[in-house]
Amino acid sequence: MWDVEIRGMASAHAIIAASIFMATIMPAVLVEKFSVYGTHLVWLYSVAGSVAVVNIAVFWLLGISPPTKKNTLSYKLSKLFRSCVYFLLSCLFFHTVVVLYGAPLLESALETFSLAVLLSTFTTLRCLCILGPNVQAWIRVFSRDGAMSVWDTSLQITTGCSVVGAWLGAFPIPLDWDRPWQVWPISCSLGTTIGFLTGLLTAPLWIRWHRKQLTYKLK
Amino acid sequence: MRLSSSVFASFCLLIELLGIALFLRGFFPVPVKSSLSSKSKLSDLPAEPLAGNSPNSTKVPPPLFKRVVIILIDALREDFIFGPNGKRFMPYTRHIVERGSSHSFIAKARPPTVTMPRIKALTTGSIPGFIDVVMNLNSPAVLEDNVIWQAKNSGKRIIFYGDDTWVRLFPKHFMEYDGTTSFFVSDYTEVDNNVTRHLDSTLKRDDWDVLILHYLGLDHIGHISGPHSSLIGPKLLEMDDVIKKIHASLISREAEGTLPNLMVLCSDHGMSETGSHGGSSEPEISTPLILISPLFQRKVGLEQPAMVEQVDLAPTLALALALPISQNSVGRLIPAVFEEASLREQLRFLHMNGHQLSSLLRDSNPNFHKDGYEQFRMAEKTHGNWMKLYMDGNTSEVLGNMGKKLLKQYLEALQAMSAALSKQLGKYDMYSMIVGMSLILQVLVLLVLAMPEALSRAACVDVPVASAFLSLPFYLLCLLGSSIHVLVCTSAEASCYFCSLPWLLAFTAILFSSALLCSLNVSVGLRRSSKYSFHYWTLSELDILLLTGTVGHTLSLGASSFVEEEHQTWYFLLNTLCLAVFQDVCRKYFRERRRPGDDEEDDPLLPSIAEEDASQATFSPAAELGVSVGSEKWLALSTPILTLACCRLLRSLNQTGVQWAHLPDLSHWLNSGDHKVVLSLLAALSLLLIFLLVQRRCSLVSKIALALGLLGVYSYRAAVGNVLFPWQHSGRSISKGTGEARFVYIFILGILFTGVKDLLRSQVMSSAVEGRRLKSRGLWEVYSGVVLLVALLFRAHNLPTLACCLLIQTLMAQFIWKKLHYDAAQTTIMHYWFGQAFFYFQGNSNNIATVDISVGFVGLESYVEAPAVFLTAFSTYAGPLLWACHLVCYLSSERDRAALSLGHGSYCFALLRSVPAVFYVVLVTALRYHLFIWSVFSPKLLYEAMHTLVTAAVCLFFTFMDQDRT
Repeated sequence: MWDVEIRGMASAHAIIAASIFMATIMPAVLVEKFSVYGTHLVWLYSVAGSVAVVNIAVFWLLGISPPTKKNTLSYKLSKLFRSCVYFLLSCLFFHTVVVLYGAPLLESALETFSLAVLLSTFTTLRCLCILGPNVQAWIRVFSRDGAMSVWDTSLQITTGCSVVGAWLGAFPIPLDWDRPWQVWPISCSLGTTIGFLTGLLTAPLWIRWHRKQLTYKLK
Repeated sequence: MRLSSSVFASFCLLIELLGIALFLRGFFPVPVKSSLSSKSKLSDLPAEPLAGNSPNSTKVPPPLFKRVVIILIDALREDFIFGPNGKRFMPYTRHIVERGSSHSFIAKARPPTVTMPRIKALTTGSIPGFIDVVMNLNSPAVLEDNVIWQAKNSGKRIIFYGDDTWVRLFPKHFMEYDGTTSFFVSDYTEVDNNVTRHLDSTLKRDDWDVLILHYLGLDHIGHISGPHSSLIGPKLLEMDDVIKKIHASLISREAEGTLPNLMVLCSDHGMSETGSHGGSSEPEISTPLILISPLFQRKVGLEQPAMVEQVDLAPTLALALALPISQNSVGRLIPAVFEEASLREQLRFLHMNGHQLSSLLRDSNPNFHKDGYEQFRMAEKTHGNWMKLYMDGNTSEVLGNMGKKLLKQYLEALQAMSAALSKQLGKYDMYSMIVGMSLILQVLVLLVLAMPEALSRAACVDVPVASAFLSLPFYLLCLLGSSIHVLVCTSAEASCYFCSLPWLLAFTAILFSSALLCSLNVSVGLRRSSKYSFHYWTLSELDILLLTGTVGHTLSLGASSFVEEEHQTWYFLLNTLCLAVFQDVCRKYFRERRRPGDDEEDDPLLPSIAEEDASQATFSPAAELGVSVGSEKWLALSTPILTLACCRLLRSLNQTGVQWAHLPDLSHWLNSGDHKVVLSLLAALSLLLIFLLVQRRCSLVSKIALALGLLGVYSYRAAVGNVLFPWQHSGRSISKGTGEARFVYIFILGILFTGVKDLLRSQVMSSAVEGRRLKSRGLWEVYSGVVLLVALLFRAHNLPTLACCLLIQTLMAQFIWKKLHYDAAQTTIMHYWFGQAFFYFQGNSNNIATVDISVGFVGLESYVEAPAVFLTAFSTYAGPLLWACHLVCYLSSERDRAALSLGHGSYCFALLRSVPAVFYVVLVTALRYHLFIWSVFSPKLLYEAMHTLVTAAVCLFFTFMDQDRT
């Protein structure tokens, strides 16, 4: 049972990671003069979009999302609406945090917001997909020893890795190397993406490695 | 020997200070100085060499020029004239360069490219060492031999208009002067008009020989808006007009039969692409040097200007005016200037320059024979032979050719000697550096090894001194050290400071060092078998952040960009710290009911709710009195967010660093004249907030004194003209505000006195509870005295920094550190981080140029060294000091474990300072041939040393506070 779950997760992660690579390669074929540095926002939104679509599709197909008690259309719609609001709020939250970290307030606000969207896609969207718009469940997962399934653990790992990646991505900005990727927010969004990919890769491995220690309580 | 943690910490820091001082002495090259203390005299000049009979004439060749006008345009970059824009901006000058009788050069300035050392280089011909610059931030008079002094001594009448640095450097040298201060950088028209307005009348007069003009406007424009701003063009045109006017006047007054006049157009330093200067980038060190005189041949087109050194102007001017070359000059004359003189005179000039350089070389370098000296002696001999032939009346072609060859020989010798002298400035005294370094490394290892003991419940450290003194390795090490010392010092490879110390002192140091090494050895052995172990130290996320932050910051010092932009590191770490604290708070208050809120996954609604509560907290500093549990929760939650918001605001108050320093910031906006009302309101509000936050724990007397003192601060700022006084609208002339400042000083001393009195009384108090209460009040009063002094010294636009600092301290102490039960070590590290961040928030950077020297004059009529140095250092390190003082107050107010926390706190403080300082010293030694060593790493080294000094003082304060435990 364990191995099946881990294998399923690994393949889901592989699909998501592949979607990131596709999102980098496809515009290079389709869009003229595309480059990750030059037309950074195009790349950023293509990655964010594809990760969002693939995430939603994968988790919908796998049926990871929590069982719903009511199955009416209106309930589903309200759930969808709440998810959208949560996503938007998380974008604003990330934007605020990034500005507090020293990003310019007015100029290049679009770039900052794009970074916030990317971060939200990698973190909040996955939470929404796996846990649903359920604050209590989020609190549980992100408190100490709160994970109740392999998916919760993978969520913890990927979220942490993405945020730490963005954090580390800010380091090269003050260096005087004058490289194209030192321009705001390229290094941070690259850091986020690399962090997210690392998270996707390490989550199955880590869980497999620690499967003896991981004992999930049942609800 | 058993020592308490705080005593141990301050002891370690003091030794570290000694080590760093020794290192600094070895690291900063001593300026090349002639052994003679007097100034060169005409009678000292060497005779013209003549082989055979005794030298004939000691006569100096006659001067080449009658009058000299020196036009120094501050921050004039070489490409402003020679570049593609030169034709547009400076048409007349460009015309002279291309077609007129002139010589143009690019003169290389040495870093630090700051006005004062550059003026010294131009006039003395020596290269002021880096340490010179730091020691002379206030530019007192030049005591060295220099051209200006020589000119005055030989009866030349000198007139000076322009930057008053000259007036301070050369007091009583000028027949007539008008200095303009470069204090108001935002003014770039008035400073130059003040110079130009004298021109017309002065040029008509005949009673002067040397006219020096120093224009500041261009430099100010550079500082405001950079080298590509639209203001540059008109300013250069204005300068061009000035040059045209002077040139026309000089030509019109040129009379037949008298000597021609000389006009020198030069600059002290260039301007970087952002408009600042001080570093060693190409545009900063390339300055134009144009000599214009009818004596020179007319040019026939634009040639690529030759490269010379800035110091070459001093000997050239001296020789051209028939003055002795100043003693410490390392420059060599510019041959082009003397082209028109006869061959005999040319050789004579070269000989005099060579003689001066060779005697300087002989004085300053023990193995002077190598570089150029012998070459010069050879040339001198040939010169003698040549002279003999010449005196015999030989006028053949052979003589001419021989003279040409001799000329070349002289020039080569001059170049070699000049290069050798300049190179000497980059020589390190490795032995002193290594001794200093090994001392501080030992101390660091001792500190780190003592960690488990120092942070234990006993807070005592056992330093095994006795056993070390009795052990055999100690004597062996002593022997080894002494023999190395004797070996190094007698080998006389180079001059060494540590060797020049008295032998007794040096041997004491060796003795001490080997004792330290032995005790280290012993304590390592003890640790291995002791019961202390690190196992039971479980690290929370916050601990991991604090540790990685400290280590990461230390490592980041290895990159020059991270040194330049160190403030970014601290802001970044501080933000992360606040978020981590926020997470802790959320964990505490939402453990069951709500989310624990990881810092990345937080309810976005939270900040907005929290902010409202924060405003409530701001206006009720007495929140400690009676807050319900619910509101306390919200206050605690809002504290980190408020801190974050404050930090973001302060960050945009003062832009520092290098890369983004030119961006507009709030302080420029506030100081720009139109916004004086806003600045006044902001200052008044900040002072009010400061009063509200500080008064709550003071005695009544101190409260009143504090209120009056803060009022005095405002009236001082009003008197100086920074802010508006509400009921006095017009007609107040700007004074120095000495009276107001002294008024505040009285209150500061009063408050400090009350505090110290309370502290002393608490020592003799019988009841422990009462004594502790009194002690904590006394400490707080000392703290408020410090706050008042900082309020007086900070510029008006920086007062919000102080207010924010106090606000954050109050809130954090009230709702975070106490409530979340952070231990002394964690609190200390947080205080240290905050202190570092505030050091940069107040506008400091790792560049010497940002030190605000004007603080040294607050309340003083004239420059008095001791108080000025103290005040400058105090206001520069105000941020770290305030946080350290607060740490003492906070830790000693902890009821049950005050003594323990104080010991732990001071130990952590010492360790936190030692780790980066020691690492940096080692790093600088490794990078001593780095390109940026003088522009980036050395200023930072001085900052590190100064910071260690400040920390040592704080640690001593800690130790005194920690004395009364049982």
